[in-house]
Amino acid sequence: MNEQLLSKKVKDIPPSGIRKFFDVVKEMEDAISLGVGEPDFDTPWHIREEGIYSLEKGKTVYTSNAGLIELREEICHYLHRRFGLTYNPKTETLITVGGSEGIDLAFRAMINPGDEVLIPEPCFVSYKPCAVMAGGVAVPIPLKAENDFRLTKEELESYITPKTKILVLPFPNNPTGAIMTKKDLKNIVDVIIKHDLFVISDEIYAELTYEEEGHVSIASLPGMKERTLVLNGFSKAYAMTGWRMGYAVGPAPLIKVMTKVHQYAIMCAPTTSQYAAIEASRNGDEDVLRMRTAYDQRRRIMVKGFRDMGLDCFEPLGAFYVFPSIQKTGFSSEEFATQLLQQQKVAVIPGTAFGDSGEGFIRCSYAYSIDEIKVALERIEKFVKQYI
Amino acid sequence: MNKMREIILEILEKNSKINPSDLAVMLGSSETEIVNEIQKMEKEQVICGYHTLINWDKTTKDSVTALIEVKVTPQRGEGFDRIAERIYRFHEVKAVYLMSGGFDLTVIIEGSTMKEVALFVAQKLSTLDSVLSTSTHFVLKRYKDHGLIFEEHKKDERMVVSP
Repeated sequence: MNEQLLSKKVKDIPPSGIRKFFDVVKEMEDAISLGVGEPDFDTPWHIREEGIYSLEKGKTVYTSNAGLIELREEICHYLHRRFGLTYNPKTETLITVGGSEGIDLAFRAMINPGDEVLIPEPCFVSYKPCAVMAGGVAVPIPLKAENDFRLTKEELESYITPKTKILVLPFPNNPTGAIMTKKDLKNIVDVIIKHDLFVISDEIYAELTYEEEGHVSIASLPGMKERTLVLNGFSKAYAMTGWRMGYAVGPAPLIKVMTKVHQYAIMCAPTTSQYAAIEASRNGDEDVLRMRTAYDQRRRIMVKGFRDMGLDCFEPLGAFYVFPSIQKTGFSSEEFATQLLQQQKVAVIPGTAFGDSGEGFIRCSYAYSIDEIKVALERIEKFVKQYI
Repeated sequence: MNKMREIILEILEKNSKINPSDLAVMLGSSETEIVNEIQKMEKEQVICGYHTLINWDKTTKDSVTALIEVKVTPQRGEGFDRIAERIYRFHEVKAVYLMSGGFDLTVIIEGSTMKEVALFVAQKLSTLDSVLSTSTHFVLKRYKDHGLIFEEHKKDERMVVSP
């Protein structure tokens, strides 16, 4: 086909750095991978069983565009119970196809050409391309290891221009594992309100927070609910990545417009998944706790492993990734990942796949069993020891 | 029971082979502290032993397991405890539970043949004074034991790299 026919905007978007690495790893048989961004647990059986039951009952037709009202109600109960958030299931809640669709919808619903979107980096790979495809200008805010990859007031303020409209808040963060505590959030709220910014808070890893106070949503802080869209979903908390179940809660006018885009692009999220998700939000709190406890134990093994081999590794308090610095080895992130894969057959993701400020770091997932993690750490140590 | 103990026990229940230094890192504690706690629990008989979960079906050893529902007459002043003891002292008996519902004791027996188990029930169990009746059920196949599914071939279906 004539490539001239393709959209210039889309062609100009660089391919994902992860994709590139995927092709390399795929070729390498018997490599151990610490590269996945999804849980190693199966979806708890009672949730799967509800999905099966819905199929048996013949629940195989479209749902309303915004999703089953029963599910929206359960999600609102859940958000209230867990994070003190109060939303109207009818007007302020939309069921999306995974958290990712929520990102796309939010940008398409809000961005006018030239609007600037602040994106703290390193971060999940979708924000920038989705913002650009929606006609916006993506403005990365490089976060620093010395701040534990949290967004500070000063950093935020220095990137705001008269064109800034949206701040993406991706915490707990993939790939760094950083979180924003209540105190950290309070620090930036004044700036957000002063400059009249709107926040898209991607809280997909909310349940995987390993801090006593737990996850705090910025929408729960005074003055923020009306200027925040919260994105969340079932993928990480309930090990339901393949079900593609996400949701967005926020101000009614925004949800209304997002629902409009969703209606034309998607119609509705998969029905089977919605029934399973009802069960998850109703009876899944214990599963979440069980998996969180397991991740937390692996997290400690991983952090200690990297520190013991002499690498700097700040303590991640969220998600299921560690983000150690590999600067001491003298390699760039990409060289490190490539060499490690070739020499020791362990796949990790170069930090640069998540933005330029990821240079000097690698992302390692601990969504693996302790035994797998220990073998991988041994191999990485052998590799690292040659260079430091 | 304190939280730390509970977590140690939950981990050990699934994997008694885990070494204390790993356990210490996983729980953000020191190895000495973990070792002490485990020793204390052994002494207090919170931890009563360490077993290995074996799928005997995969070995050449002949082994049958039967679950026996036993109805008994409780004895004055002793309740069920005395008759339970007379039963659980037999080495063939692997487990004894006092039950609610239609019968009193569940007795689990292992032997090398069905005949051996049947003879044990007929000669030793049924003949006890307080035993009113028994009903023997042989185990044909074990699908899951101690929370572990026996014949599950787990394969990591995830893409090796994903965002």
